[in-house]
Amino acid sequence: MSLYQDLKYAISDGVCYAAQGVTPEGFATYCPRYIDGFLVTLELLLLSSALGLSIGTLVAVARVSRQRALRVGAWAWSYIFRGTPLLVQLWIVYYGLGSLGPEKLGILWPFFKSGWAVGLAVLTINTSAYIAEILRGGIGTLPPGQLEAALSCGMSRGMAMRRILLPQAFRVAWPAYGNELILLMKGSALVSTITVMDLMGQTRSVFARGYSLETYMYSAVLYALLALLLTAGLRAVEKRLRVA
Amino acid sequence: MELLGFGAEGWGDDLLRGAALTVQLAVVSLAIGLTFGMVLALAKLSRFAPLRWLAQGYTLFIRGVPEFLILLLAFFGTEKAVAAGAALLGLEGGIEVPKFAAAVGGLSAIFAAYGCEVIRGAWLAVPNGQIEAGHSVGLSRWQIFYRIRLPQLWRIALPGLGNLWLVMLKDTSLAAVLAIDELLRVAKVAGEVTRQPLMFLLAAGALYLVLTAISDKLRASFEARANRGMAR
Amino acid sequence: MKKTLIALALLAASPVAAETLRIATEGAFPPFSEINANGEVVGFDIDIAKALCAKMERECEIIAMDWDGIIPGLVNDKYDAIVASMSITEERKQTVDFTNPYYSNYLVLLAKKGSGLTVDGIAQQAVGAQRASISSSWAEEQVGARGDLRLYDTLTASFTDLEAGRIDSIVSDYFPALDWLKDHPDFEVVGDRIDIGDQIGIAVRKDDAELRDALNVALEGIVADGTYGQISTGYFGTDIH
Repeated sequence: MSLYQDLKYAISDGVCYAAQGVTPEGFATYCPRYIDGFLVTLELLLLSSALGLSIGTLVAVARVSRQRALRVGAWAWSYIFRGTPLLVQLWIVYYGLGSLGPEKLGILWPFFKSGWAVGLAVLTINTSAYIAEILRGGIGTLPPGQLEAALSCGMSRGMAMRRILLPQAFRVAWPAYGNELILLMKGSALVSTITVMDLMGQTRSVFARGYSLETYMYSAVLYALLALLLTAGLRAVEKRLRVA
Repeated sequence: MELLGFGAEGWGDDLLRGAALTVQLAVVSLAIGLTFGMVLALAKLSRFAPLRWLAQGYTLFIRGVPEFLILLLAFFGTEKAVAAGAALLGLEGGIEVPKFAAAVGGLSAIFAAYGCEVIRGAWLAVPNGQIEAGHSVGLSRWQIFYRIRLPQLWRIALPGLGNLWLVMLKDTSLAAVLAIDELLRVAKVAGEVTRQPLMFLLAAGALYLVLTAISDKLRASFEARANRGMAR
Repeated sequence: MKKTLIALALLAASPVAAETLRIATEGAFPPFSEINANGEVVGFDIDIAKALCAKMERECEIIAMDWDGIIPGLVNDKYDAIVASMSITEERKQTVDFTNPYYSNYLVLLAKKGSGLTVDGIAQQAVGAQRASISSSWAEEQVGARGDLRLYDTLTASFTDLEAGRIDSIVSDYFPALDWLKDHPDFEVVGDRIDIGDQIGIAVRKDDAELRDALNVALEGIVADGTYGQISTGYFGTDIH
């Protein structure tokens, strides 16, 4: 863990050293802090999007299941996490559940203790609810004949889902997924309210030192850059999906 | 449990008042954001290229920057911007921007950036033939806009705008961090004072769900109204 | 126990009559400022502010703000003065002006009894502090920019996390810490209180020398006529001036 931490610091020192000459002074002074935070944001984004995609897929499958309980559960999952603000969810888990303390939470305490872990979990759950809706929409666009055909070939429902429906649903849903990824990145800034030193957390600390509006502008540029990179990456994948 | 009640002992009335402020924030931001979004959409449809680039740059920026950051920028930056604007117009002195207005400014700026895409799409979805037909029967440009384009624009844009409304309703919670006493902040303060943060935050979450559910119902009835007379 | 929230004053934060002096305070910094069961902001800072207003014979409005935005709000003319136990620092003096100090502050490190922590050893463990405060800048100097320093929007939130055991210690201002320790006997001050020569003053806008001078005169006035001592004794059992 500490090796990984050192690696992150080394990256951010390296980036700042390289960028020294070309960045404005107000940024260069605090550059390692911005980049340290940027890396935490990136880390949370990568982990929560990957985990969120997996959970979201399961929820989407549950939503079209033949089991009523599964359908209702998956519907409630999406409804609750899409119907309430992310900030409320973060505070409920960190300040609300966390206030129960180590005695009541027992073995769960190490999780609730860490702002980072709570942030990651809530971001993951939140994005999974949106991804499930997107995928369900994608499955809905497929002609019902496909499932019937797959079943009549002797495929099980699960297999038909895995081999026939989901791959197509992913392709249909890709642009919407891209939007969700950007929204997730922006939402991740809220973990700064539960003590995580992501880009936003570092930005607010730097802001506290001089109250200069510049601070927020630099941070905005970094976020916008990340959004541009993500968009470009998503486009590239989209092209490949279309060819396939 | 009586802490959630109304009246002197409970925080229930305070929570509801917070919820009312949340709705107020969202409604005012919707009105301003919609107007601004319309202007942006027109700029994007303009034949004048720099106008298009300006609008494009604006949406690109807002879509890439966290809402939280935009709200902080609006909060700490509006006065500077207003003062600069006033100076440009030759006016003296600053104008006070209360934090409610700053939050509305931030929220409507975000709404407009997404809303203008929806409006632009809807504008383009009205077939050109209809416009030409309007010209040929001698309607003025304004009549064409008002009688032909706008009613259809509304119908096509409604689902998209409805989604954005729900997004904004939830984004109002960010105003809690600016010490505006909307729903979430009331819940946080109540939780700290009574040492029952879980109960109050859950109550706030439930109230947000109610607001979303009401919005969904309203949206469905608006859509039904806008679609009356349309073939299914 | 009516809990009307402080919101109303803020909602209507439109321009107030010119004579009304708008004073910002925090509301999450007991016993200096806190929101009581009636939803009003009360505390030492508020009493001092009211005494100053009475001395100056001016109408006052108390506005609760979040700490993070309290200086920007002053600069942007959302109110005229900050009476919120604010440390006079060189960094802040670049942005705002201060009156003469109205009390001296010390920092303390708080931890669970028997934790074996020392002030020199805080860099090794998770330490909390309030964002944008003198405590957080001191803590940051101790643990470095990359230490495990957790920042909270309010001091109250950092106390809560210390109590829950999320962090091992917090750096806090002296008097609020003593106040909190009264109902938290499991915790203690680690080592001695830390004197960093911290003086607490009232912040005003840089171009507002008139108000600063008036406040200084009033401050001398309430100290001289015993009002200050009375308020202070009520909260701390001693005169902290």
